[in-house]
Amino acid sequence: MSGQIDEGLRSELQRQGIWVTSMQDLYNWGRRSSIWPLQFGLACCAIEMIATAASRYDLARFGGEIFRPSPRQADLMIVAGTVTKKMAPQIVRLYNQMPDPKYVISMGACAISGGPFKQGYNVLKGIDRYIPVDVYIPGCPPRPEALLHAFMELQRKIDGQKLTGDNRAEHLNAAQPSEFPVPSFGEHDLEPPANPNVFEPPKIERT
Amino acid sequence: MTVESLEQIKGRAEVAVPGARIEIVPNPGPANQPSLLIDSEHASAVAKFLRDDPTLRLDFCSNATGVDWLDRTVKKTVKVKKVVDGVEKDVDEPTEEKVPGYLEAVYHLYSMTHKHGPVIIRMRTADRADGARLPSLTPIYRSAEFQEREIFDLYGVRFDGHPDLRRILMWDEFQDYPMRKDYREPDDYEYEPTPHDDVLERAKQHYTPRPQLDGAENITVQRQ
Repeated sequence: MSGQIDEGLRSELQRQGIWVTSMQDLYNWGRRSSIWPLQFGLACCAIEMIATAASRYDLARFGGEIFRPSPRQADLMIVAGTVTKKMAPQIVRLYNQMPDPKYVISMGACAISGGPFKQGYNVLKGIDRYIPVDVYIPGCPPRPEALLHAFMELQRKIDGQKLTGDNRAEHLNAAQPSEFPVPSFGEHDLEPPANPNVFEPPKIERT
Repeated sequence: MTVESLEQIKGRAEVAVPGARIEIVPNPGPANQPSLLIDSEHASAVAKFLRDDPTLRLDFCSNATGVDWLDRTVKKTVKVKKVVDGVEKDVDEPTEEKVPGYLEAVYHLYSMTHKHGPVIIRMRTADRADGARLPSLTPIYRSAEFQEREIFDLYGVRFDGHPDLRRILMWDEFQDYPMRKDYREPDDYEYEPTPHDDVLERAKQHYTPRPQLDGAENITVQRQ
């Protein structure tokens, strides 16, 4: 384990041409350096996501340029845009079809909370009502730099994931769910309106 | 606008379609776009006339939308002849007129041939419940198909003669009509970071109740 070798000794060995690492570091390095996002966009945030992947901002510098048009080949879901209630079951279904390990970036005000359409009749008030979200980036829409920042935050998260032990990564823990129930179209709203195992509204403290 | 005035169009349409009851709805706002209110029975024939008439040739329906009018009371002052102190006088008397609610479909028509328009036509339903039916203008203006579906979806106006009347934005299982003024959206106001006005009122119902006070908050330090 990386914790068991002295950092100073390790960098000294590296200077001498001996590279010492651990299985966990190697595994995490490999995963974080090649995150394949799912290729789909929902609204104007998708334009910024496209700009991030294009040459000027170049997501390829971080190993995330391979946008896959199939959920079965994707590691990362960038929920880029307004999630309408009609689209929400399809998003959850796509998430369920992604193989573990999988991550979600909630991009922009709409995907976080419904944004400017929060009080509308047809917009979901945040995708985190149905699936777990790893990184939230605010903005309307967030600039490509912000998406890169979210991507780097996700890489940092992957870097810190443990392979063993009680607090090991979720995808290595069989007890952790990897699929979430798909909401159905109800007569007045989606049913259920939120998954209570995933989403709990923040408590409003009154003083 | 067209070469003809709306009054001229109304007059010619009433001649072309016998029995048609057309009314000019004024628009006192800054836009000042009056429109033609057409009765439901003759709407298709009038629309066909507007499309095929050689001087009008309103061949393009650019927009169709719905309007919801709730039941309302209109206050008017009417001059009434009254005998006051033995003398007959004209007296202004306030009266209230109850107007039952209805739904409207509004169409904006242009002419691609003559490059003029818009001529705005509208139709009214009998009421806001079972009588919310109108004749479809899709057989005359093909471009109205999706927009009439949208009016059906959001306002609940049933268009007779529409080839494919289904919901277009909301899902098929949905029961409500969200653009109606009395629509109440589902109560998912459990977390509103910056509530105000109506949203604040609805968010308050989700707040935890104020903690029971035990009197300790009234104790103050006794200064000697």
